[in-house]
Amino acid sequence: MSYQWNWSIFSSPVPTGETTYLGWMLSGLQTTVTLSLCAWVMALALGSLMGVLRTVPNKWLSGLAAAYVEVFRNIPLLVQLFIWYFVLPELLPFGLGDAFKQQLNPLTQQFLSAMVCLGFFTSARVCEQVRAGINSLPRGQKNAGLALGFTLPQTYRHVLLPMAFRLVVPPLTSEFLNIFKNSAVCSTIGLLELAAQGRQLVDYTAQPYESFIAVTLLYVLINVVVMSLMRVVETKTRVPGYMGSK
Amino acid sequence: MITIDKVSKHYGSFQVLTDCSTKVAKGEVVVVCGPSGSGKSTLIKCVNGLEPFQAGAITVDGISVGDPKTNLSKLRSRVGMVFQHFELFPHMSITDNLSIAQEKVLGRSKDEARAKGLKLLERVGLKAHAEKFPGQLSGGQQQRVAIARALCMDPICMLFDEPTSALDPEMINEVLDVMVELAQEGMTMMCVTHEMGFARKVANRVIFMDKGLIVEDDSKDAFFGAPHSERARQFLAKILQH
Repeated sequence: MSYQWNWSIFSSPVPTGETTYLGWMLSGLQTTVTLSLCAWVMALALGSLMGVLRTVPNKWLSGLAAAYVEVFRNIPLLVQLFIWYFVLPELLPFGLGDAFKQQLNPLTQQFLSAMVCLGFFTSARVCEQVRAGINSLPRGQKNAGLALGFTLPQTYRHVLLPMAFRLVVPPLTSEFLNIFKNSAVCSTIGLLELAAQGRQLVDYTAQPYESFIAVTLLYVLINVVVMSLMRVVETKTRVPGYMGSK
Repeated sequence: MITIDKVSKHYGSFQVLTDCSTKVAKGEVVVVCGPSGSGKSTLIKCVNGLEPFQAGAITVDGISVGDPKTNLSKLRSRVGMVFQHFELFPHMSITDNLSIAQEKVLGRSKDEARAKGLKLLERVGLKAHAEKFPGQLSGGQQQRVAIARALCMDPICMLFDEPTSALDPEMINEVLDVMVELAQEGMTMMCVTHEMGFARKVANRVIFMDKGLIVEDDSKDAFFGAPHSERARQFLAKILQH
């Protein structure tokens, strides 16, 4: 194999000269991290709400949440992304779609579509985990809360959710890691996140190995940070005398 | 205090309670016993509305439990309940377990709630464990905390749903001692239990249930002396055999 390794490529300036190829990589990293964090906040909030609704004793509300999950879980992520980015703006009423297409700058359009798409997609998965967490608690916990005079919302707030969230920290960690990896799909609508920057670097320099090794290492870095963070969360929220603790 | 009037309940076609009627007067201790599946736990859960029922009426302190207009949370805050599996909140220290409902439901201040909790914890002999978590206590200790937690709300009556049946034999007595003391102080109590020693000692009346029906509802002496149904005689013979 006659491949010319050239690691110094990262310190060379890009054709437009305003930064180096490393600068491109880092800007991609920044986009990936910002996008994923914004989408994660959205997924966690919406997913928790829907997860709670799936367990409430009202068949309309739980049915609504179930339908929500099925919609966002059963359509491929890529298709959802295209719908949010290409289809939905055409369908919005009152000129909202035109405003989205004409007044926002393209980067913002891509970012918003990607964030909303990842947020909804992941929220359906978070929802199922929160629901599983709540359902895995002994039934008597809810009764104990109600018997003390808590209303149903208070029972969720003070009794069920604090334990349910503790139980689902490990699966939520996986979801948190997934959202960073899934964000790579957003390069397909032109968003210059980490994977897209990697490909762009190959196009400009013909150094695919260096480029994708760097991209891989940066994804690994993100995931190591997330895992350590979640391990801290897990330790901090551990309940004395309960599963997995001393 | 508690009036149960012709209460019936079914899950689909399965009849759990049929025309159950009884009364618990203020200061009275009533023990409910019967074979498993006889509906005794369901009946006691109907009393504070944890289980809905389809027919009949239950009133507690003059307030109808089945009435959709009743503020059930408010009523429940005045009725203490102790469960078979304790149901302490595992993520809270014992102190927080005792004070959270006082603060959030009764609106007591943190200090007031804490002081009340500690007082009752001392009463059940567990003051030294105030800062521990439920998972660090034995079953008997947890159940005593659960009783203290219910008492913190200054209940007008107490419901016990098999409070000793999940405990190791050695720990049953420490829980029963607390219950006996409570009964002797004049607390109105409805207890689902198989502890016949407890029933003999403090119960005013014993209710015997079978297949969703109240088969016997009699004074303790009449029940233990000469139960009039064959089913109750069999039951007593079996559980008093050893």
